Parts: sequence; C-alpha cells; structure tokens
Amino acid sequence: MKKLSARRRHPLAALVVLIFALAATGGLWAALAPTSSASADASQSLQVEEGKRLFQVGCASCHGLNGEGTNLGPSLVGVGSAAVDFQVGTGRMPAQQPGAQVPSKKVIYNQAQIDQMAAYVATLGSGPVIPTQDQYSGGNVASGGELFRTNCAQCHNFAGAGGALSEGKYAPSLAGVSAKHIYEAMLTGPQNMPSFPNSTMPEQQKKDIIAYVQHATNSDANPSYGGMTLGAIGPVSEGLFGWIFALGALIGTAIWIAARTPKAKKS
Amino acid sequence: MTSQDNMSEEHLPEATHGHGGGPVVSKDGYFADPGLPPHEHRRTDIDEKAARRAERQVATWFLLSMLATVGFIASYVIFKPGPTHHVYIWPVGDVSPLNFALGVTLGISLFAIGAGAVHWARTLMSDEEHIAERHPIESSPEVREQVFADFRQGAKESGFGRRKLIRNTMIGAMAMVPLSAVVLFRDLGPLPEKKLDTTGWKAGMLLKNMNTGEPIKASDVQVGSLTFAMPQDLSEDDEDFQVRIAKDALMLVRLQPGDIKDKNSAAWGYEGVLAFSKICTHVGCPISLYEQQTHHVLCPCHQSTFDLSDGARVIFGPAGHPLPQLQIGVDSTGNLEALNGFTVPVGPGFWERSE
Repeated sequence: MKKLSARRRHPLAALVVLIFALAATGGLWAALAPTSSASADASQSLQVEEGKRLFQVGCASCHGLNGEGTNLGPSLVGVGSAAVDFQVGTGRMPAQQPGAQVPSKKVIYNQAQIDQMAAYVATLGSGPVIPTQDQYSGGNVASGGELFRTNCAQCHNFAGAGGALSEGKYAPSLAGVSAKHIYEAMLTGPQNMPSFPNSTMPEQQKKDIIAYVQHATNSDANPSYGGMTLGAIGPVSEGLFGWIFALGALIGTAIWIAARTPKAKKS
Repeated sequence: MTSQDNMSEEHLPEATHGHGGGPVVSKDGYFADPGLPPHEHRRTDIDEKAARRAERQVATWFLLSMLATVGFIASYVIFKPGPTHHVYIWPVGDVSPLNFALGVTLGISLFAIGAGAVHWARTLMSDEEHIAERHPIESSPEVREQVFADFRQGAKESGFGRRKLIRNTMIGAMAMVPLSAVVLFRDLGPLPEKKLDTTGWKAGMLLKNMNTGEPIKASDVQVGSLTFAMPQDLSEDDEDFQVRIAKDALMLVRLQPGDIKDKNSAAWGYEGVLAFSKICTHVGCPISLYEQQTHHVLCPCHQSTFDLSDGARVIFGPAGHPLPQLQIGVDSTGNLEALNGFTVPVGPGFWERSE
C-alpha cells in the first residue's frame, strides 16, 4: 500500500488508473451484459409462450382462453405468479370439480411447467410474484407464535390443525405445507382465505409466522409432551374421547360394583 | 325352570317369610307387602376355601396399591422433569416419562384401593338385607306438655306480652342489624356506569395495526385482505390492555365498493374499507373467521355468521345484533381514523342495552 500511495502523484498514474478502469468496464460489459440479457429475454418469452400453451390446455376451460374468467372460474388478471405457484404447486388447481372449496391433491405439473404457467399469468396483469428463498426463511418462532395467534389461529387452529368454516368450506391443516406455499398463501389469499399483504403484515412477520408454523406442525421439532393430541383440533375430539372412553370406563366400573354376586347353587 | 318362573316365585306373597320380617298382613284389601326374598348364600358364605381365596384377592388389590405407591415415589426420584426428556409410548405418543409414570402409578394405587374395597364388600361382608323401620319424629305427649308449660311460664315471667315497648323496640333493633351487612355490599365494586355502552374509540382516533403497531394507511388495505386494528392510544404493554382490547378490537376489511349491499355501511367506510367490531354480539367471542369471497364472518363458538357486505347482518346462528361498525375516514396524511365512537354497544346484549 505504502508503495502505491508513494507513487500516486507519478505523471503516469492517471493513465494507469484510466486504463484499468476502461479495461474493467469494457470487460464486464463484454462478459455479462449483451449475451445474458438477450438470453434472459429469449428464455422469458419462451417461458411465457410455453406457459400460454399449457394454460390453454389445462386452465382455459374454466378461466377463459385469455384468463379473463368464466362463470366456472375467476379472472386471473392481476392474481400474479405467486397465486399460480400456490394453486398449482399444492395441487389445488386444476380443480377436480366445482364445490364449496377446491381441496389440495396430487400435483400434476412439474415445477418447470408451473413456472411457465406462472410466467404467462403474470403477463395478464401485475400481481404478487413468486417469493425467493430469502423472503420466507429465517424467521423468529416466538414472535411468529404471537402473530399466528393474532392473524391465523382463528381459522387454522392454535396448532395449525385447521378447522371448519361455513357451508362446507374449511381452513386446511398447515402440517407439511412448504414455507414458499405458506408465504404465497398469506400474500395472495387463495380461495376464501383473506390476504395479508406486505403493507399490513411486513415480510419479516411472514417469515416469523412461517417459522412458527413449521415448528408447531413438525412433530420431530416439537413433539406433543402431553401424549396423544387427538388431532389437536380442540374440544370436539377431546370431548368425544372423554365421553366414549372415560365415561365408558366409569359405566363399566359402576356395573361391576352393582352387579349381583354369584350365588352358590342350592343343590 | 325358566327365568319367568323364577321371578314369579320370588315375588309371590308366600315368599314373605323372608328374613326382613316386615308387616305381612293385608289391610283393607291391599296387596300384602311381599317382604324380602329369601337370602341366598354366596360361595364365600358356605365354602371356607372360597372365602380364603376371596380374602387373598382383596389383599392382592391392596398390595398392588402399595406397590404402585412405592412406584410413584420411585418414579419421582428416578425420572427427570423437563421437555428434553420424552419417550414414545404406544398408543399414547410422545410423553414425559415423569408425568406418565406419576399418573399411571397414582391411578393404579387409588383404583386398587377402591377395587379391593368393592371386591371385599361383594364377597366377604354380609350381604343380608335388613329392614330398619322409620320412627316417628314427634316427641311423646308428656314431653310436649312439659315444653309448652315451660314456654308459657317463661313468657309470663319475662313480661314479653305485657311490656309492649320493650317487645317492639327489640323487634326493631333486631330487624335493623342486617342493614349493616347490606350496606357493605357497596364494597363489591363501583357501579357499572356506562362501561357496557362505551368503548375506547373516539372521533379522530387513528387506527393502529395490531401487527406493526403503526397507523394504517387506507391504501395499505387491499381488497380481500384482513387486518386487525386497535385504538392509537392503546399499547400491548398497557396495564388495562386486556380489558380494553376486549371491547376495542377491530376487524378491517376492504370490499369492492360495488359489492357492498348496505349503502349506510358503505358510507361509514372509506372507499370500501370497512371497520367492524371483532366481538361477537352473541356471547362476546372474538370472531375473525373471515371468508374473503363470500364476505362472511363466522364465530367459532356458536357458528353465528355475519355478512360484512350487508352491514354485518346476522345470516345464521344465535347472535341477536349485527356487528357494530365504526365510522372511519382518513386524516390529512391518508391514515385511517375513527370519525366517531361506536354508536351502539359492542359485544353481547344486556338488559339495559339501548336499541
């Protein structure tokens, strides 16, 4: 360093710096800019093209040929790529049949196809985009628990076990749902779930909630020290268990106490 | 011999030479009291070997109880408490060995005492039935006569009937003593005043996001989203936070203005942003099971359902009133604020509730 700083006033110093700067800028431009942006554009438009093809085969019968919606399915303008990634990535879409709620089932598209459809739907109107890994990992479990109880537990139950809603709809169990899908669900509000946009629930809070859900529903990280959880769905299963087994045992004991003692035969 | 025959024989009047020895004479043509059936001996009554076996069985129960108690003490000493110690026990699942062992051993030690006692009573204690007649409660005429005479003499000697001034003042004094106790009821607490009718919301108060603790901009609330809000002057660290949030909690939703059926409700919102009380009007459960497509809010306690697009009208369930709506607007910086307090009491109905 000392050597360098001693020669910084040398007549040729400015020239050397200039040459270095030009070489660096030119090199970087040559190495990155033209080729990568061209290929990105190309792959992007190819992806949208592929996605459109997949969409018209698998989705258009309900959502319309251009995603404008029909009476069978809502418009997809402005739902964003995150909604597509969630709905198709959890197997909810394509829907099996109309009904109160479209359940999660086997995923029939691979991730590459889902990304293509998401890219196509994103071109219909701007909406929430698929989050990256650093947007949904590294949350705080404790603060996530508080946020979960304020925002989520009313429907998804204190343990994330899900619960019933009105007229056949229900909040599904959160066990085994991937962090990305939980994030997308909070962001987009799939089906009847309200959305929790970043404007009212910042990204860090979403990370915390995801950390809590993944901790609470993972029986290895968080075994139930009370023994059988009976599904952790609250008083219904616990009451049923109590009425049938505990009361049954009590009735059996009462019958034994009051039973006639065997009498000796007279003969 | 069928059981039918057995029954009739047992209940025939002849069977009244039973051991009970109750009155057997038929009076005035009524059926005679059949009395008790003849006593049948149990095996343990006539077979000394069976009796000894029963004795051993009872003693085994009691011994089991003792062992379980020893086991309880041993498990208390052996197993360590704490969430890091857990074992899988079929079919119960992951449990703390300490809790599990304590529960099982204490359960056995108590149940074995009871089971031993019941077995003892059923096999070895006398099972002959006895009839114990009721005795009249009335005292004998001589005693009654004596008591009445003593009372009359006492009344005469005290002059209770003659000196009316003493009698009346005494009755007055005794009647007034309980008033002291009645006055003390005042200390049960201050009068409820108007607490049921009012909440912490006042005109000009900002809505505070319960997630971030910051004021909420109207533009932050998207269609289909759900946000919880509390008054700006309330903080989770406040001493009376729980008391106040029980009445002040708000549910903030945004509907497409065209979807709002109730025009008054729309006018009380701000560009489709509506603020409703989160407290169910049935028995006061916090409700926020919001379905963003149907705009229904379901109460998890008794399934009352409210339609937020129609002024939170009750469309199902036992709730008697729609959810109260808070009239909101925006201040100069675009933050949502209350334009008024709640105009109807939030939460469940009560006797003095003004309609």
